[in-house]
Amino acid sequence: MLRSAALSAARRVSAQPRTTAVLGKGAVFQAARTMASAASSDTVTFEFGDKTFEGYNIDVPSSSITLTKADAISLYREMQMVRRLEMAADSSYKHKLIRGFCHLCTGQEAVPVGIEGAITKEDAIITAYRCHGFTYMRGAAPVGILAELMGRKDGVSKGKGGSMHMYAPNFYGGNGIVGAQVPLGAGIAFAQKYNNEKTCTLALYGDGAANQGQVFEAYNMAKLWDLPVIFVCENNKYGMGTAAGRAAANTDYYTRGQYIPGIRVNGMDVLAVRQAVAYAREYATSGNGPLVLEMKTYRYGGHSMSDPGTTYRTREEIQHMRSTSDPITGYKHRLVDSGVASEDELKSIDKEAKKLIDEALATAKATPEPAASELWDDVYVKGSEVPYLRGRVAEETHYYNVD
Amino acid sequence: MAPVHRLLPLAQSLGRTRASIQRTTRQQAKHRYSSAAADSASVEPIRGLDLGVAHSKLLLRTVASVRSNPELRALGVSEGETRKMNMCQAINDAMRQALATDDTAVVFGEDVAFGGVFRCSVGLAEEFGRERIFNTPLTEQGIAGFGIGMASMGHTAVAEIQFADYVFPAFDQIVNEAAKYRYRSGAQFDVGGLTFRTPCAAVGHGGLYHSQSPEALFAHVPGLKVVVPRSPVQAKGLLLAAIRDRNPTLVFEPKILYRSAVEQVPVADYELPLSKAEILRPGKDVTVVGYGAQIYALENAVQMVERDMPGVTCELIDLRTVAPYDAETVAQSVMKTGRLVVAHEAPRTMGFAAELAAEMQERCFLRLESPVQRVCGLDVPHPLVFERFYMPCAVRTYEAIKKALVY
Repeated sequence: MLRSAALSAARRVSAQPRTTAVLGKGAVFQAARTMASAASSDTVTFEFGDKTFEGYNIDVPSSSITLTKADAISLYREMQMVRRLEMAADSSYKHKLIRGFCHLCTGQEAVPVGIEGAITKEDAIITAYRCHGFTYMRGAAPVGILAELMGRKDGVSKGKGGSMHMYAPNFYGGNGIVGAQVPLGAGIAFAQKYNNEKTCTLALYGDGAANQGQVFEAYNMAKLWDLPVIFVCENNKYGMGTAAGRAAANTDYYTRGQYIPGIRVNGMDVLAVRQAVAYAREYATSGNGPLVLEMKTYRYGGHSMSDPGTTYRTREEIQHMRSTSDPITGYKHRLVDSGVASEDELKSIDKEAKKLIDEALATAKATPEPAASELWDDVYVKGSEVPYLRGRVAEETHYYNVD
Repeated sequence: MAPVHRLLPLAQSLGRTRASIQRTTRQQAKHRYSSAAADSASVEPIRGLDLGVAHSKLLLRTVASVRSNPELRALGVSEGETRKMNMCQAINDAMRQALATDDTAVVFGEDVAFGGVFRCSVGLAEEFGRERIFNTPLTEQGIAGFGIGMASMGHTAVAEIQFADYVFPAFDQIVNEAAKYRYRSGAQFDVGGLTFRTPCAAVGHGGLYHSQSPEALFAHVPGLKVVVPRSPVQAKGLLLAAIRDRNPTLVFEPKILYRSAVEQVPVADYELPLSKAEILRPGKDVTVVGYGAQIYALENAVQMVERDMPGVTCELIDLRTVAPYDAETVAQSVMKTGRLVVAHEAPRTMGFAAELAAEMQERCFLRLESPVQRVCGLDVPHPLVFERFYMPCAVRTYEAIKKALVY
């Protein structure tokens, strides 16, 4: 009985070892993470400013957050890792090790890091093409991400997805079409609800994608059926090269669910993101249905590697954001001011992050490209393929179902 | 026109003279545009024939015909209980069995909880509950994306797009998200449990937006499967196979057959093989290939040809799955007959017949005795009042078969 349930269970089980093998963190870093959370149970409380949250048809989250010092430090470490990862991607791209499309999240690190701290590994995330930070936070190793960027065999998608298509357990990718991932998020949330799981799905999209019709189709279905989905609009102020206000009649993205309550969050503050997502998760998994979160954030680089990012905004604006709102620098000051960590301790974390990413980059560079046979694999499920696919010459023709 | 000497062997086998062949080819040249009034009973070749699915000899109308059907016998369901069903009821039966055997299976789409506009899902909500059979808003792109998300969790999603003409808002989701999910994630994720059902093709009065046959658009996309059933027995077995196949699959259901095609359908749970064509009538002189409701026009055309050209036999093949299709069965047939006629309702240019013709000339080039003939819809939007001119009807197919035979 339940043939496809059995199949899907089999799929998950069989996916597990592969995922672990490909995604396993560097042993050194793993140990560091574990020790950090075990070493200290001391807690620290941070207060938020007035403008951190704005609510639409819902009360805003509490204006203070308490977390263990180890947790607080780990947020810093992860943001630094994401930034270093993107710096490595940037330089690899410029060295032509990475080809094609590549969208970096430098400046937006607080969003993936803050979200992951507020949800469980059983919750689901789906996002668009600016996905490296999320892939890392969901558990992929930097080497798997960098290798994927270079189209190598040990990449998180076997080198077949590239920059825009990265996956990890309960991370549904990495999607290339603007806005198309949002109704998928509603479907994933439906399956969670159907399974009576106390979990939710975060469906992320940018301020540009927020104007796609299917986002509103997804809003409607999610509210109609009270699905546990949190729509997260990463508003980095520019949809490709168009300022949000030139594309949207209403740039208060947190209000655009109309019948879905929303919260605007300072997306440059990792603690605010964490607080808001924890609040939203509680709301969504308690049967209240969907919520819209708008993360006000900023990307330092262009939309993609082919966009210098300076034609539609001034260098001064970017410099101003870097010096006044940087998520890592700002958080660093808070950690030091509150006595959670000294400058020296944080500096050593910076160094450690750089070292880990440098090592991962070296390893990734050394990994081979996927076998040529991968060209044919996974178009259809094994055993149900077309009889053969032609190669350039007769000798290259690939026959399926032949041992 | 073809050199007459190439026709002689066949013509002689048919007892015809060189002069009569030349006459025929001249007439065909003259008649090239004369098939327009094809549905009129006054058209000469139709005389005395009962046309259409209602009189088809291909349907398994009796229990005995089920018992003796080789494919159903091989599946072990030919001896069991059967029930008289139209295609709509057979599809309903397939969904019922899919729901009963798979706790994750759900059926959704516009109005499906009420039974759907064609009544294919009638009674399912009452039997399996409204949390498994539910109405969606009018939101095709959303339906597709939602189904893809659900299927990416390993669930079985059976989505109905109310008419195939409405599938285009969902085209991006199906082509870019569903078809490529497995490949681009290195097989970490897939949407194998996803199936779209959608009514397609002409009904006589559907007009531009309730008549189209967009199967070739999807057949062009690696990663998708495309199925078009011709009858109740076929629809049940193919739909169950499509739902359980671990690839995203579209099932285009010729809506004219929902009530007009009636068969004795095995009550048991059975799956017909995907990507496997079926030879409906063996023949030696020409291979005639189609799928869906077109099969019945082809059946009539074959009947006319065999009546008018004594001694000729036509091999009629139902492709059943349009992608990935069973080229081997067709090629084996063409290697035997040397002639091929392909027909479908969708417009001719870039239609599926073009693909099949190209593939067969590549595989069977030295064996072909005449150019592959395509009998298709015209390259115009599906017309309302002129549908009878548009359709690749029995008479147009008859002309094409004759052209293939008498080249």
